[in-house]
Amino acid sequence: MGFFAEPAFFLLLVPIVGIAVVLGIAEKPLARYGCAVSIVMLLLLFSRSLESLAFFVGYLVWSFALAWYVARLFAQEHPQRIARYRICLALQIAPLAIYKVGVVFEPDFLGFLGMSYITFKTVQVLIETRDGLIEHMGAFEYLYFLVFFPTFTSGPILRSRKFVEDMNARLTRDQYFDLLYRGAGWFILGALYKFVGAAIGQWGMWFLPSVVGTESAGAAVLANIVYALGYTVYLFFDFAGYSHMAVGLGFALGIEVPRNFRSPFVALDIKDFWNRWHITLSHWLRDFVFMRFSAASFEHKWFTSPVTTACLGFIINMTLMGIWHGLTIDYLVYGIYHGCLLAGCELMQRKWGFYKKHKRDRWFKVCSWAVTMIAVIFGLALFSGQVLHNPL
Amino acid sequence: MAESIDQKVIDLIVDITGEEEIGDYRDVDLFDEGVLDSLGAIELLVNLKGAFGVSIAPTELEREEMNTVNKIIEQVQARL
Repeated sequence: MGFFAEPAFFLLLVPIVGIAVVLGIAEKPLARYGCAVSIVMLLLLFSRSLESLAFFVGYLVWSFALAWYVARLFAQEHPQRIARYRICLALQIAPLAIYKVGVVFEPDFLGFLGMSYITFKTVQVLIETRDGLIEHMGAFEYLYFLVFFPTFTSGPILRSRKFVEDMNARLTRDQYFDLLYRGAGWFILGALYKFVGAAIGQWGMWFLPSVVGTESAGAAVLANIVYALGYTVYLFFDFAGYSHMAVGLGFALGIEVPRNFRSPFVALDIKDFWNRWHITLSHWLRDFVFMRFSAASFEHKWFTSPVTTACLGFIINMTLMGIWHGLTIDYLVYGIYHGCLLAGCELMQRKWGFYKKHKRDRWFKVCSWAVTMIAVIFGLALFSGQVLHNPL
Repeated sequence: MAESIDQKVIDLIVDITGEEEIGDYRDVDLFDEGVLDSLGAIELLVNLKGAFGVSIAPTELEREEMNTVNKIIEQVQARL
C-alpha cells in the first residue's frame, strides 16, 4: 500500500485518527498508540515485498546497535572515541550508499522504501550524540522516531530531540484540540494541493505542449517552456501537498512535524529559495554538512577568505544533495547546478558593490526575483530530466 | 573580569562582521540586520572556542538564542 496515494491509505486514516482523537480528548499519552499504528502501517507498506521488510528490520537492528555503541563511547572518556565514532558514522551511511550505487547497475537492488529518509534520522542521532546534545535516548523513543509513519516514505525530516520532546509531552485537552485543529487545516490544504493543484500542473505539462506543437523551432522552445512550467507547478503542489498532509497527520498524533514548504515562489534569491523549498532537507544539510565543513575549514584555516569556504561548502553540500536523490546524471547535474548558484549568490552578496548599494531598491528586488524564478524552473527541468532527455 | 569577557566577545563579533559599532547595539537582532548569517555564526562559534575554550555545537542553539550581542555573551558566560 502506498502512503498518501491510494484510497486504502486514506480510508485507514479514519479509524487511526479517530482513536487518536479519543485518546487526546481523554488526555491519555499518544506515543504507544502512535508507535503501534506506525508499525502496522509499515507492515502494510512492505506487505508486497517480504524482502524489503526483512531488509528494513535488519536496518533497524543495525541502527540500534550503532546508536547504542556510540552512546556508550561518549558516556565516558575513551581514548579512541572520535576515530571509532567516525567508523560508526560511515557504517550508518553505508547501507544507503551501497544501495545508491547498487541500484545504478541493478534496478531491483536490495533496499526499502523510505531508506533515503530514514538515513537522515539515524545519522543525525549519531552526530548529536557525539556533540553531547543527546545524552540518553530510550529504545522505545528511538524506535518510534524511526518508524513514525506519516513522514516515513518522503519526509519532512524529523529531528530526534524535538520528536522525543513532543512524544513525551502530556497534552491537556485544550492543547490537543489546538494541535488537532491546526493539523486538520494542514491536511485539508495538503489534499487540495495534491489532488487539485498537482492535477492542474500535470494537465499543463502534458496537454499544453501538444497544443503548441513542436513543428517550428520557436514552437518547440515554447512547448518546452510550457512543459517546464507545468512540471514546476505539478512538483510543487504534489510534494508540498504530501508534506502538508504529513504535517497535519503528525499533529493529530501529537507530534509537531516541521513545515517543509513556505511560499518558495516569492523567494528573492536562491538562498532564500532553499529556506522555503524542501526546508527540512536543506536545513538538515546546512546543519550537518555545510556548517561542519565550514567549522572545520575555519578551525584548520584551509582558506584565507571565508567566502571561499562558503562557496566550496555550498558546492559540496548541494552535490551531496544531488547524490542523495540518486546516482543519475540528472540528479548530479541538478545538485552541482544549485551548488554553483548558491556559491554565485554568496559571491554577489559579499563582493558586489552594486548589489550592496541597490539591494533594498524595489526594481532590484523585482529583477532578483525574476532571475531566481528562471533559475529555479530551469533547475527543476534538469531535475525532471527534461533538459538532458527531451521528453517532448 | 566580566567586563573583559564582554569586550573580548564583542571584538570577535567585530572581526567577523566588520561592524565596528556593534558594541553599542547589544540588543539588536544580528540576523535580521544582515550583520550575521549562518556562515558568520559558524565562524563565531569556532572563534569562541579558540578564545574561551567553550564548545557550542552547530545545532545546539536555536537562532533566537544567539541573535544579539548580549545573548552571545550570555551563552559564553554560561559555559565558562
